[in-house]
Amino acid sequence: MMIEARNLSKSYRRGGQVVPVLSAIDLDIGAGEFVALMGPSGSGKSTLLNLIAGIDKPSAGVLRVNGLDIASLGEAQLADWRARAVGFIFQFYNLLPVLTAFENVELPLLLTRLTRRERREHAETALAMVGLSDRMKHYPSELSGGQQQRVAIARAIITDPEILVADEPTGDLDRVSAAEVLDLLERLNAQMGKTIVMVTHDQRAAEAAHRLIHLDKGVLINGRHAEAAHDAPASS
Amino acid sequence: MYFLKLIGRNSLRHKLRTALTTLGIVIAVLAFGLLQTVVDAWYAGANAASATRLVTRNAISLVFPLPITYRDRIRQIAGVRSVSQANWFGGVYISERNFFPQFAVDAATYFDMYPELVIPPDQLQAFLRDRKGCIVGRKLAQTYGWRVGDVVPLRGTIHPGTWEFVIRGIYQGRDTSTDEVQFFFHWQYLNESLRRSQSQLVDTTGIFLIDVDDPERTAEIARAVDATFRNSLAETLTETEKAFQLGFVSMTEAIVVAIRLVSFLVIVIILAVMANTMAMSARERLAEYATLKAIGFAPGFVRRLILGESIAISLAGSALGCALTFPVAHLFVSRMGTLFPVFQVSAQTVALQIAAGLLIGVIAAVAPGIRAGRVRIAEGLRAVG
Ligand SMILES: Nc1ncnc2c1ncn2[C@@H]1O[C@H](COP(=O)(O)OP(=O)(O)OP(=O)(O)O)[C@@H](O)[C@H]1O
Ligand SMILES: [Mg+2]
Repeated sequence: MMIEARNLSKSYRRGGQVVPVLSAIDLDIGAGEFVALMGPSGSGKSTLLNLIAGIDKPSAGVLRVNGLDIASLGEAQLADWRARAVGFIFQFYNLLPVLTAFENVELPLLLTRLTRRERREHAETALAMVGLSDRMKHYPSELSGGQQQRVAIARAIITDPEILVADEPTGDLDRVSAAEVLDLLERLNAQMGKTIVMVTHDQRAAEAAHRLIHLDKGVLINGRHAEAAHDAPASS
Repeated sequence: MYFLKLIGRNSLRHKLRTALTTLGIVIAVLAFGLLQTVVDAWYAGANAASATRLVTRNAISLVFPLPITYRDRIRQIAGVRSVSQANWFGGVYISERNFFPQFAVDAATYFDMYPELVIPPDQLQAFLRDRKGCIVGRKLAQTYGWRVGDVVPLRGTIHPGTWEFVIRGIYQGRDTSTDEVQFFFHWQYLNESLRRSQSQLVDTTGIFLIDVDDPERTAEIARAVDATFRNSLAETLTETEKAFQLGFVSMTEAIVVAIRLVSFLVIVIILAVMANTMAMSARERLAEYATLKAIGFAPGFVRRLILGESIAISLAGSALGCALTFPVAHLFVSRMGTLFPVFQVSAQTVALQIAAGLLIGVIAAVAPGIRAGRVRIAEGLRAVG
């Protein structure tokens, strides 16, 4: 199993009150799966994704990623683990505006031992993979939303992580750009075997995934398998 | 490299904000430098004064003279190499605004005792030959456009009448710290003139200057001088020239303290401005810092980004402020005439300016740096959109 959650809970303390956000989540996601996480606003999707990605800590329960109990890691170890094992894709791309597309993609490699030259080769390859070889020297403000998200995807895969987490990656994009991004994610999943967990409100995006997971008020509803979704004639 | 690039570009993100903050630092550091230089100028006389020359004056007050006969008695004290004398004249050149000190000195011995006053030998000879001659400092001559041979009229305030002196020599300071706005003439000439007008002041002088054989023994010799005249009509007080000069400065100590205080306040104020700029920038970029941390960068990296940017801005400002201090100080002193005989931006002032810049940069980065380093990733990411 790539991701194993057992009895996973998360609650926030607000004032003197404890607000439960995720309750007793049991979840298994295999290596190479492409999972879409859906549910109403405030149901805890982003929270669950953040736990899986190691940028937030569970309040209770067990969370193993690729066999590693990430809840037990300290801040610094967790940061190292994220740098190696997780690629992040955000709704608003979160590129650094002062860096060019190339520099943004190269950024995570500064945490590795790669030489300058190796970094350049890797970044060029990643940008080629997302079809932006001709935009390397552009700043984010000079790129369309779809292009920015593709740069962000290139940044997410540059360290060759096991898992990609995407929080509403098409949420801010028009149809065409969204389709390009989804196509890219499907390719990364199919050709490179990346495990992808994607939060989305978008039915089309969900269809790109193999499996849908529904959250409602912090509880997992079902784990319908992808075939069902794919086999069904276009329902929208 | 990458890190510096990030810092550089971040600091230029809000060009107007950075420019205004930098300008503030430039002005603050410049003001700080000028005020420090004013304080230095205040102490310049005392700093240039010798610790091996002694000054003997009336123990009651400087306004009471000493009989000239003391001179021979001082000379006989063991350890005294030579004795000279000087008398404050207090004349006015045309207008009260043109202030510079004038001394009636013993021409034969005075300049031997002050090797830092460099006079061309022929000019010194000419001065010695002319009873009404005078020697003036280079800067003084420059200020009033005087040349050798010019006649300078002084209106006496202590000794009534108009006194005319002929410039026979212009001295130059041996060191940059030497006072070049002094005016010297013959004590003999003053003394003779007083016979007619102020006979009670004849054969007196304000101070005696003593050169000693062994600089180590100044304290002992000073005590011996004062002991010689104990219980006489005019008791003496002897101290090193430095202590004597500091005595003048201490009268105005409160002003100096105030100037110092203001100079540091200026730095504190600009520090607050800079801290605000950095806090604003860091707050706007919380989502970026959260992103960097999500990707795997340590909180320390984020802190260093902010610290680096803060230091880059403040050092740029202070370097510019420092560089501007020199021409502005020059302009300032040229407008102030002879009020500050020595007005120099010292190496210490420059060091303090740069240190102030560094300090501003570091302190301004503390709060935003800590905040950004600590930002919880999940929360920082929410700051987007
Ligand atoms: N730091 C926090 N402190 C308190 N409550 C929080 C915090 N973060 C999230 N919550 C709460 O947890 C719940 C789930 O939030 P989450 O962001 O996971 O929802 P979501 O399913 O991603 O919603 P959306 O579709 O709107 O993005 C919400 O009710 C939210 O208010
Ligand atoms: Mg969300």
